[in-house]
Amino acid sequence: MSASSPVSLTRRSGAPASFTPTHLHPEVLDRARKLIALYPEPRSALIPLCHLAQGQDGWLTPEAMIDIAGLVGVTPSEVLGTASFYDMFHLEPVGKYVVSLCTNIACLLRGALELLEHAEDSLGVKSGGTTEDQLITLEEAECLAGCDRAPCVQVNSRYVEATTPETFDHLVADLRAGRRSAEIPAHGTLIRVQRTVGLAADRDEIARQRAAMAEAEARRAATDGTAS
Amino acid sequence: MSDPTSVGDTADELTFSLDGRSVVAHKGEKLIAAAERAGVFIPRFCYHPRMKPVGVCRMCLVEVDGPRGPSLMPSCFIDVQPDMVVVTESDTVKKAQDGVLEFLLINHPLDCPVCDKGGECPLQDQTLAYGPGESRFIEEKRHFEKPIPISELVMLDRERCIQCSRCTRFADEVAGEAQIDFVGRGPHIEVAPFPELPFTSYFSGNTVQICPVGALTATPYRFTARPWDLDQVESTCTTCSLGCRVAVQSSSNRLTRMLGIDADPVNQGWMCDKGRFAFEAVNDPGRLTRPLVRKNGGLVEVSWYEALEAAAAGLRKARTDHGPAGVGVIGGARLTNEAAYAWTKLAKGVIGTDSVDAQLGDGLPAELVVGLPRATIDEAVNADTVILLTGDVREEVPVLFLRLRAGVRYGSLNVVELSPGDTSMTGLAAASLRYAPGEADELVRILLDVKAPTPNGMHPDEFADARRLIGSPRVVVVLGRGSRSEDETIMAAAAQRIAAALPGATFLPVLPRGNVMGALDLGMAPGLLPGRVALDDGAEWFGRWWDQVPAGRGRTTMEQLADLASPEPSMGAVVLLGADPWADVPDRRLVERAFDSPVFVVAVGTQIDSTTERADVVLPAASVHERSGTTTNMEGRISRLGQKLVPPGQAWADWMIAAELAVHLGSDLALESVGAIWDEIERLTPLHSGITSAVLGQPGAADGVVAPLSAAKVSLFRRRGRQMDPVAIPGVESTNRQGLDFRAGWAEDPTSGWTGRPAVPVNPTEERPSMLRKIPAYVAPVIGRVDSYSHRLMATRCLYDNGAAMAKSPALDALVEPATLAVHPHDLDDLGLSAGDRVRVKTASTSMVMAVRPDPGLPTRVVALPMNVMLDGVPDGSRHDVADLIDVTVPVTVVRLETP
Ligand code: SF4
Ligand code: SF4
Ligand code: FES
Ligand code: FES
Repeated sequence: MSASSPVSLTRRSGAPASFTPTHLHPEVLDRARKLIALYPEPRSALIPLCHLAQGQDGWLTPEAMIDIAGLVGVTPSEVLGTASFYDMFHLEPVGKYVVSLCTNIACLLRGALELLEHAEDSLGVKSGGTTEDQLITLEEAECLAGCDRAPCVQVNSRYVEATTPETFDHLVADLRAGRRSAEIPAHGTLIRVQRTVGLAADRDEIARQRAAMAEAEARRAATDGTAS
Repeated sequence: MSDPTSVGDTADELTFSLDGRSVVAHKGEKLIAAAERAGVFIPRFCYHPRMKPVGVCRMCLVEVDGPRGPSLMPSCFIDVQPDMVVVTESDTVKKAQDGVLEFLLINHPLDCPVCDKGGECPLQDQTLAYGPGESRFIEEKRHFEKPIPISELVMLDRERCIQCSRCTRFADEVAGEAQIDFVGRGPHIEVAPFPELPFTSYFSGNTVQICPVGALTATPYRFTARPWDLDQVESTCTTCSLGCRVAVQSSSNRLTRMLGIDADPVNQGWMCDKGRFAFEAVNDPGRLTRPLVRKNGGLVEVSWYEALEAAAAGLRKARTDHGPAGVGVIGGARLTNEAAYAWTKLAKGVIGTDSVDAQLGDGLPAELVVGLPRATIDEAVNADTVILLTGDVREEVPVLFLRLRAGVRYGSLNVVELSPGDTSMTGLAAASLRYAPGEADELVRILLDVKAPTPNGMHPDEFADARRLIGSPRVVVVLGRGSRSEDETIMAAAAQRIAAALPGATFLPVLPRGNVMGALDLGMAPGLLPGRVALDDGAEWFGRWWDQVPAGRGRTTMEQLADLASPEPSMGAVVLLGADPWADVPDRRLVERAFDSPVFVVAVGTQIDSTTERADVVLPAASVHERSGTTTNMEGRISRLGQKLVPPGQAWADWMIAAELAVHLGSDLALESVGAIWDEIERLTPLHSGITSAVLGQPGAADGVVAPLSAAKVSLFRRRGRQMDPVAIPGVESTNRQGLDFRAGWAEDPTSGWTGRPAVPVNPTEERPSMLRKIPAYVAPVIGRVDSYSHRLMATRCLYDNGAAMAKSPALDALVEPATLAVHPHDLDDLGLSAGDRVRVKTASTSMVMAVRPDPGLPTRVVALPMNVMLDGVPDGSRHDVADLIDVTVPVTVVRLETP
């Protein structure tokens, strides 16, 4: 441009407009960006990112959803739409411990409803509610795949063998006293030990495998063709 | 997206069996669409012909023969195959339909008597036609809080939602703004925006139109009418120059609702919210209803006779004092074509002045606009490359944004954007190059000069992409004004440069105001006569039919204002023809100086505004939807306007005002009806030759006809029936099915009613003057060096502004946000300012204090303000906008920012 031009700016098109996350912590962001890089489409990382954000805050806050939307190039409304489909994303604040009580068939037969009633009475909250001290959120769950130890209870996605009203009371007492904090991290934490080597996928290897699969597929089609 | 109403060449046709008949369809066509064309209506909810099928509602199940016998398949989701055997009516299909409807009604409140959709509801209609007749559900229904606003304009009643996902798909697929989505799962699923982020899309009203139940309702329409009480006419939206085809509905002579009509070449069923909801301004009780004349300083209601006498006297005096050029006409872009012709004939043929200008200094030179080879919207969407050399299309001609976006997303269109800042198209563009306001022509020069290196600061790949793409065979330039605070010749020069370098390129002009193209085509610009004819070329011809033709070229709006503002004006009278220079001319100080002069002002308009305040005579005109005739859109497409209302009080159609004023000036326009005017236009101009009212009146021409006919590359009559789909356009189709009158256009039916008594005898076409052959050469002004403390000011346009259409429509007016100065964050840091702080903006001649906001989409050292939007943060709260800063005497307005 001419000498008088004060500026000539450009932006590489297609690149999402510069977005500055405001809520996610730097180490969470760092991991989020690594996750996004694993997928051909950034939006494929939406659910893993929701888990990361829930790990940071214990629940999926609107601020986090706005950050995620900006990072993967969708609207906040789409993040909400996706997250709200899944029971394991909490869109409202929860206690430090989310206690999920299975009332599905196996557990039901083994007294899950009575257990739930007991839990509601002893905690003083209805299913879905959080105790006044903000420590425990009680929720009713579908089959947790712990049918062999029915009725099954989970605390922050960790199985606990608390199948009777008495063991349940013990569990609550332990949680309140902080005696289980070593084994049960705060809600949202999926894995306590983050891999420090970072995330990487060998793209060449993926390409090799895909090519091999396509080839096998083609071969199968060809044999089918001759066979019939 | 595929168009189910048109069958292409026979090569892609196939036959299949539909209910025992052999039916022709084309490859890739959805079964539901092929059946519909063959006259078999398959019920549906989620399917929409302009969106991708999803197959979620299952209402469209039909039996299709397969290897294992017939099975139920969703006809909206499968493509017709050769020799497919399809049964749409069988016990199995009926049972499936019963089941789907019974399940849908389980969760539906059935509150039809109090539901706005009742009477035109696809759920109601299809339950009656295909449903089981009774329900076995006796349990308690779902209950939600109702209704909840999802934006200022749209209310949601979740109980009624049948989860068809039409609204969410529209927001995502068509508008590209997924601000609403399904939240939850199973029976708890609901449509919702993100908390605190309402559904602000400019296109939100479309979701209301396509919702197949009463779940989404628009605030201006809710509870105002019952569909069966509505009367309707097909017409064209003239809020912007895109010209969406619409159904205008009214009740008791008040407009109640506008619906988009699926005009394939134009809006494809969609509308923007401004076009949809600005009708409230027509219902405004404060409309002008009586002629007014200024007496002893105040405006007094008088009779039409007295007002016209007063107007004629003032105009005559100006002509006596200063000659014909002493009279000017500003405006005309809000008129119908017929009224524009009548006013041109009055001004140029009776008064003899050429100082007529439909543009208000915010457009482009008229000769350039009418002289450049024109593209159609379809040509732009289907081009290889569109060069955007304009302001933000979503702000200026919203539905063009939807069309171009579809071209990029679902077609093979590449967009090369040249603009001073980010726009809604930037994310869709293959290359988006920035220029500093005032330097568009320079950037175009460099881009076209293959030897020129990549300019400093530009990404070399992106620049190379842009250069490669503009070399494609089919290039369309969308041409407008990137900024209103720079000289219009800059864009003109850039356009000419492209036209010279790329001879095959065609142009799609983006100019403000609805019928600006019609006004220019009918001679409402200096140097032009009706039909895109140069004054010199047409003087002899029009001299034969008119009293006279102006002796020489007249003044543009800006030249008229400059003359009036000069110490010794050579003009004595100005007619403001539906134009408000105080609101629209970019330089308000010039307007104020101009009208401080003793010039005699006649204002023809619909509302009380700054023009009426200054006028000596005020003539009340009919507003949109109160007049019939035709309008011309950006492509040159002439379409019919339907008159829906009787104008209030004594307001007249603009053409009648011209005709009567001519009589008071001692002449006779010999124009007696809208039809007669159109006939004269068709007989006299080279542009409209052959486009007779009979041609325009063909049902197949309901979407309009592109002028000139010689340029038409596609069949004239494109509208084919999509009459069977009750889900397509609420109301319109059901009225049609009931055999009720839904006339497209004329007050007089051109095919039967009006017999036509032409004022001008038939003349062979070859005698007509030719259309403009030579566009004057425009040279971009040299821009002086801008020092490093200054910023260039960019004046953009914003859809939601303080214009009359918005201000008098309460629902829309609430959406206007006060303007803040957009500044690049780095520049803000340099000034030590943050969002919301106030800044003093100084030009060479004035200064103002206003609030700032950061905008990373702008280049550094460029600041932006929208036109005609009142500023935020002005210390005494007084109303100012960017026009108070702009100085049109310099090529680009430069400002300095200081902390106040
Ligand atoms: S609100 Fe209407 S359009 Fe949207 S999903 Fe529900 S029924 Fe369909
Ligand atoms: S895009 Fe223009 S013509 Fe279409 S509805 Fe909006 S204002 Fe009216
Ligand atoms: S049924 Fe309770 S864990 Fe499976
Ligand atoms: S599934 Fe075909 S219309 Fe909904």
